[in-house]
Amino acid sequence: MLPIEVSSLKKNYGDLKAVDGISFTVKEGEVFGLLGPNGAGKTTTIEIMEGLRERDGGDVKVLGFDPWKNGYELHKKIGVIPQEFTFFEKTTPREAIIYYADLFNIKVNPDEILKEVLLEESANVNFDSLSGGQKQKTGLALSLVNSPELLFLDEPTTGLDPNARRAIWEVIRGLKAKGKTIILTTHYLDEAQQLSDRVAIMDHGHIVAMGTTEEIIQQHGSGERLEIHGSEKLAEYIKANTELQVDYDKIKGEVTIPLKKKIDSLAALAAAEQSGLDWGDIQTRQDSLDDVFVKLVNEPVGEQGEVASEEKISKKRRR
Amino acid sequence: MVSGKRIYSDFKVFSRGYLRNKFGLFFGLVFPVILILIFGAIFSGGSTGKVNVYAQNQDTGPFATPQMNIASKFLSALNESGTITVITVQTSENFSQYLADHSSSDGIVIPENFSTNYLASHQVNITVYGNPTSSTSGIVIGTVNGYANYFNLQRFNGTIVIGLNSATVNTQQTKYIDFLIPGLIGFSILTSPMFSLVNISSEYKKTKLFKQLSLTPLTKMEWLASKVIWYIVLTIAGFLLMVGVGIFAFGAHVAITPWLIPFLVLGPMLFAALGMLVGTVTKNPETAGVIGNIVTFPMMFLAGTFFPISSMPQYLQTFAHVLPLFYVTEGLNNAMVYGNVNGTIIDISVLGIITVVIFVLAVKLFKWRED
Repeated sequence: MLPIEVSSLKKNYGDLKAVDGISFTVKEGEVFGLLGPNGAGKTTTIEIMEGLRERDGGDVKVLGFDPWKNGYELHKKIGVIPQEFTFFEKTTPREAIIYYADLFNIKVNPDEILKEVLLEESANVNFDSLSGGQKQKTGLALSLVNSPELLFLDEPTTGLDPNARRAIWEVIRGLKAKGKTIILTTHYLDEAQQLSDRVAIMDHGHIVAMGTTEEIIQQHGSGERLEIHGSEKLAEYIKANTELQVDYDKIKGEVTIPLKKKIDSLAALAAAEQSGLDWGDIQTRQDSLDDVFVKLVNEPVGEQGEVASEEKISKKRRR
Repeated sequence: MVSGKRIYSDFKVFSRGYLRNKFGLFFGLVFPVILILIFGAIFSGGSTGKVNVYAQNQDTGPFATPQMNIASKFLSALNESGTITVITVQTSENFSQYLADHSSSDGIVIPENFSTNYLASHQVNITVYGNPTSSTSGIVIGTVNGYANYFNLQRFNGTIVIGLNSATVNTQQTKYIDFLIPGLIGFSILTSPMFSLVNISSEYKKTKLFKQLSLTPLTKMEWLASKVIWYIVLTIAGFLLMVGVGIFAFGAHVAITPWLIPFLVLGPMLFAALGMLVGTVTKNPETAGVIGNIVTFPMMFLAGTFFPISSMPQYLQTFAHVLPLFYVTEGLNNAMVYGNVNGTIIDISVLGIITVVIFVLAVKLFKWRED
């Protein structure tokens, strides 16, 4: 049994198809990133898996449970940090941990958990006096109280400064090292790339790409290419004297040669040298996840007309 | 399954948070006491002192014997009444001008030949000056009228048939503080849990704290129970404070009986649930605040908290009967002031039914998670 099995999941808000038939599975010990712009359907998906929302269609099994019907049982086994985590204003992280332990009817050592999320120094500060990063760490601490094997982290670093983000990443890496299965939503590409074993890119309720970041780049990116700074004549010369495909970017003044094999670059450079024309900087480049992401989420997804604007989605979601 | 242990841990966290928040504590405990002090001071001040009355005695005689100087006897009697102090004004003064110069509206003028006419059983009128809008004038007219009757009866039968007891005059005044204490206890039973739960339940919904809690084994019933228990504790503390201040600062006469317990338990339960209901059915904290005020304010003023219901027009009295707080304040008055056990039992029954209905409705409509 896989920790998470989702197939043909659907959720509508009125006419809006917030999640439109997505399927994926998550393996034990894996960090799975749900990546997408605001309003792509990430939070709806994660909340359905957590048992906080009812689905309209499809099948969802989390640790073998139907999350909506068996939520009460499921919640004892999972850890969750919701988006924009908040807690009782006048309660300290240490008290919050003890409170959760009492609710779960288990004994924990608060210091151990505080250490795990790097929050020892602020253990006795009221929640409303904590910084954004410390608040998120409190949320992480609480999600660990019941020693869950499966963790859901919904945009754990949104709104945090770069240092605080890195501190949270460190905590998440620590959890991963302990073998926990983690579902992570984010709209930061670097975060998904840094933390996830596999990524699903969501847009308008669909999964538009899924796999390791390398796989996604390979599938949806343009592949490796050689770029030579030079004139249009140079481009024509290389094209005439090799069997390579040669493009020219007039604005950048760049000759671009897609590389099927690395050795192709030698032939291109030899031709450039032979031409007797001037040529400048050379480099090989590959599409990054950023390039692929921008390409994917800007392209219309599914049938035109059935997807609503992001604004509309987020408005609906705020209810 | 409701777990007492979980209710206790939620209670611990909530009460600790409440006590750390000075604002909540102020409104829960200090504010009602301040209200008692303010209202008690305003309304008990006038009832303790005597009213100064200027008197001009134009009946200067001559008298055959001092016993025949009835005018002087009458003024002395008034002066000893305990409610007014007579200040003599010379006959040479223009009386109404004199009153104006002394910024006073209360005065008596005894006409010439008052004693002669009285002894001859001829009608004679005393002029009483007063201002209908001033509470002191009523006291002066009442006192002079009472003594006039006394003197009349003495004259016709020769013996005292009806005595005017000055003590009777004192207890006739409504002791406002006795009414105020149950009213303000009702006020704090309403406001603390109501405002707090409207605020908490709408804020927690907005900040998704309810969702967060729904991921723990805590149930919504347990969550509400711990809030209700806290507000019962707070209500009892407030009750003891207010009764203490009322008795020791203003000499209130209120009874402390076991009949009060149902009100101190059902009241906070009702208004905590009502507050949660408002927070649950509204979309955001702003709307919740407005609806909360619309529900709360009529009760604050029309359910017998600051003014007795009987002083209101009939249609408002009828309206008061649909306000849940009415049964709290009326019941507290019945138990503490009038000792009316039957009335108290009726109020407890009505209050109990309303509480159960609102509580069940609140728990049913309140959702941890969304669908």
